[in-house]
Amino acid sequence: MPVLELRDVTKVFPGVLANDRVSFSLERGEILALLGENGAGKSTIMNVVYGLLSAEGGEILVDGQPVRIRSPRQAIDLGIGMVHQHFMLVEPLTVTENIVLGREPGKYGVIDFKTARMRVEEISDRYGLKVDPDARIVDLPVGMQQRVEILKALYQGARVLILDEPTAVLTPQEVRELFRVVRSLVDEGLSVVFITHKLEEVMAVADRILVMRAGRVVGETKPADTDDIGLARMMVGRDVVLRVEKGESVPGEPVLEVSDLRVMGDRGLEAVSGVSFSVHGGEVVAVAGVSGNGQTELVEAVIGLRRPAGGTIVLKDADITQANARRSIEAGVSHIPEDRHRRGLVLQFNLAENMVLGDHRVAPYTNAGIMKPKVITAMAKKRIADYDIRTPSETVSAENLSGGNQQKVVVAREIGRNPDLLVAAQPTRGLDVGAIEFVHRQILEERANGKAVLLVSLELEEVLSLADRILVMFEGRIGREFGPGEADAETLGYYMTGGGGEKLSEDAPYATTAEVRASSGTGLQDGARGEAE
Amino acid sequence: MTEAHETTPIQKRWMGAALKVGTPLISAALAIGVGSIIVWASGYDPGAAFAALFQGALGTPKAIGDTMLKSTPLILTGLAVAYGFRAGLFNIGAEGQLFMGGLATVALGLALGDVSWFLAVPLMIVAAMAAGASWAFIPATLKARIGAHEVITTMMFTYIGRYLVGWLVNGPMKEPGGIPQTYALPANAQLPRIASLFSEGAKGAVPLLNLGRAHLGIVVALLAALAVWLILKYTTLGYENRAVGYNRWASETAGISVQWTTVKALCISGALAGLAGAVEVMGVHHRLFDQFSSGFGFTGIAVALLAKKHPLGVIPAAFLFGALAAGAGTMQFQADVPQKIISIIQALVIFFVAAEEIVLWFVRRRQKEAMSHAG
Ligand SMILES: Nc1ncnc2c1ncn2[C@@H]1O[C@H](COP(=O)(O)OP(=O)(O)O)[C@@H](O)[C@H]1O
Ligand SMILES: [Mg+2]
Repeated sequence: MPVLELRDVTKVFPGVLANDRVSFSLERGEILALLGENGAGKSTIMNVVYGLLSAEGGEILVDGQPVRIRSPRQAIDLGIGMVHQHFMLVEPLTVTENIVLGREPGKYGVIDFKTARMRVEEISDRYGLKVDPDARIVDLPVGMQQRVEILKALYQGARVLILDEPTAVLTPQEVRELFRVVRSLVDEGLSVVFITHKLEEVMAVADRILVMRAGRVVGETKPADTDDIGLARMMVGRDVVLRVEKGESVPGEPVLEVSDLRVMGDRGLEAVSGVSFSVHGGEVVAVAGVSGNGQTELVEAVIGLRRPAGGTIVLKDADITQANARRSIEAGVSHIPEDRHRRGLVLQFNLAENMVLGDHRVAPYTNAGIMKPKVITAMAKKRIADYDIRTPSETVSAENLSGGNQQKVVVAREIGRNPDLLVAAQPTRGLDVGAIEFVHRQILEERANGKAVLLVSLELEEVLSLADRILVMFEGRIGREFGPGEADAETLGYYMTGGGGEKLSEDAPYATTAEVRASSGTGLQDGARGEAE
Repeated sequence: MTEAHETTPIQKRWMGAALKVGTPLISAALAIGVGSIIVWASGYDPGAAFAALFQGALGTPKAIGDTMLKSTPLILTGLAVAYGFRAGLFNIGAEGQLFMGGLATVALGLALGDVSWFLAVPLMIVAAMAAGASWAFIPATLKARIGAHEVITTMMFTYIGRYLVGWLVNGPMKEPGGIPQTYALPANAQLPRIASLFSEGAKGAVPLLNLGRAHLGIVVALLAALAVWLILKYTTLGYENRAVGYNRWASETAGISVQWTTVKALCISGALAGLAGAVEVMGVHHRLFDQFSSGFGFTGIAVALLAKKHPLGVIPAAFLFGALAAGAGTMQFQADVPQKIISIIQALVIFFVAAEEIVLWFVRRRQKEAMSHAG
């Protein structure tokens, strides 16, 4: 008998059919992957199960018994736990305090912390979820915080654990750790629903895969019976190219030349320590690395948001070392920021206003300080058509677009400016396969047009599929450079975590993330907090 | 996070537009409603009170003139505060900038001597705007350079400005005699009353031209509103102002100098407040004294909020406050209701506008929470 079964569950939001007669079951000891593009309805259906949303129709059975789940409280009582993408922890409190919150052991309102702490340790030992029970949440990296969330669900007696996009915020190393944890959970007889839009993850972790599209379950399969391509097709509903074909690289003249660059980080420590490299026209150079190893500061120096402490940055023949963002744009640098909501878009602006951002002071969009709405509108309309941005019109504000379409607005603007150098920082973060394919195509298109592209990414897959040359950045330095076809994911991962020098064996000794952090002293920064949209 | 549209974008836009216009109306209506209850509970007849208020504010051409007179500085201070808001700045010190504007107007007007009106008035307006801007410049620089909060600094400069004027009209600029005030401006340095521009014949034919004390400053104020609207909508200056107000990081990334934009925004805001001082002096009092502003700079904050920070919305919002002020006297002597009631209604308008912001804030927060649950 399945531990959880859904029959024809339907959930309607005003104007959106978020779940359309969704049915599936979850067996004991099983990892069920729920795969689908952003907006497919994955979170919604699981929020219904967790009692956060109430469905308009259908039935939910737990252990074969029909149940009505009206609140997370009831879900927890039924043994259903859920870890959301945005953690719901109380930051100043300790791990133990957070875990027992709401179910504190003790009498007369006095919490028995000793018992609490013991139980937390007991659970964390049983499932191999190591975490310091006395650490405060604020001091923990995201991966650890997630672990606390999982522990909390287990403490509350979850037999069914729902993980909503759990890998979005993790580094590759943390992802592996999580997979191991999930495995040990099902070995202990729990059942896990693993929500994701990443294909490699379902292939790696799932026992069974349920694919959702536009609110419906469109297919069910097993990792052994399918491959990336098949899954992508099911997910998107058309053929998707996962690894965009790219032609031979024909590097031209050097466009960007960085020498001995030194940049200070926010905390007054040197974040980039003497980095030199060049990017030629017609070439994609990728900077790979674990988040927080100086990539953000490097990018900010190149695009003029941060004054370097030393070294030079030359674009074509112009020295732009000390250029500010405005001069950098005027010199021919475009930038796809890693955080589109913070740096890429003014969400309250409409699409036309967003498309002209950065070009708003120059012809043909402006003449003597007066903007030209007609020209701007025409440009926006053209780009909306060219880049297939799904929107009713260019007067819609950017906040009303889906994440993928927002990113298309940024890409359209930055590429549309016709730059010499495109600096793309995590350009596909949080996007789903269809949108990723689009962005990758655009980047390669720029390359084909003889533009120089500097790609900074935490996604090895992305780096490997786009880059002509790969620079591995660790602790503010470029450890190694790889030419075309010289590196695979394992090798890169090894160098990204500070390895190097000695010969690699088949199973390279990976530093755990905790070790990496301890040695680099930086830890995860914002950059790693990928948000799936 | 997942986009959680409760509605389609198009619906949202219409709802947004309706909210923009509708909620201020509701705030104003609620204020008047609660005001009536207070009038009634104090033992007066609300019907008679509001009839008198209406009579005094709009009942006759002269009353309309009074409302225009009272609205004029409020349009300008409302614009000043609204322009700051649009850059994410809260210029709470428009009052001080207005004082400096008034001071510059009088100082220049008295010094100019016998020059043409067409030269004197524009010069005085420019001087007043420059004075208001300069009074905002130091707070603006402190904000841009070291992040000193403009609420504190502009307020402090308001005290400085007021005491400076107080001292000047009691000392160096004082007209001989018992009253602490400056000499009066000559006619070539005044803004004439609108009624004075028409012949008696014309006013006989069109009674509406008997606008009493309303002066040309209203035209200046309306033109300023139009100008601010055009600036925000059609110039790079306004575009950058709005961009910085919404998202300084995206602005910075796009090569907009956040610091410079901040300085410009506060100075323009100060210039508009200075202009308010100029028209008040040139159109109403024709001289400077300690009490020449009845808190226009502060009421301007309420006007800007009621206007939803929109430069054209400032006009009806200022008109409402102006009408309340103009009708207060009539209400007192016709319905025997104390003028203070008007202050209460004004306070209620501010309260309901603020309350609406609070309600909206909660709505947005709940939406965000719903999104993170779904996300
Ligand atoms: N709270 C909400 N209110 C209105 N619409 C929502 C809400 N949450 C999600 N939606 C809509 O429901 C659909 C499914 O969303 P969701 O379940 O979050 O997708 P997924 O998790 O698969 O990315 C989307 O179209 C989304 O915009
Ligand atoms: Mg989701």
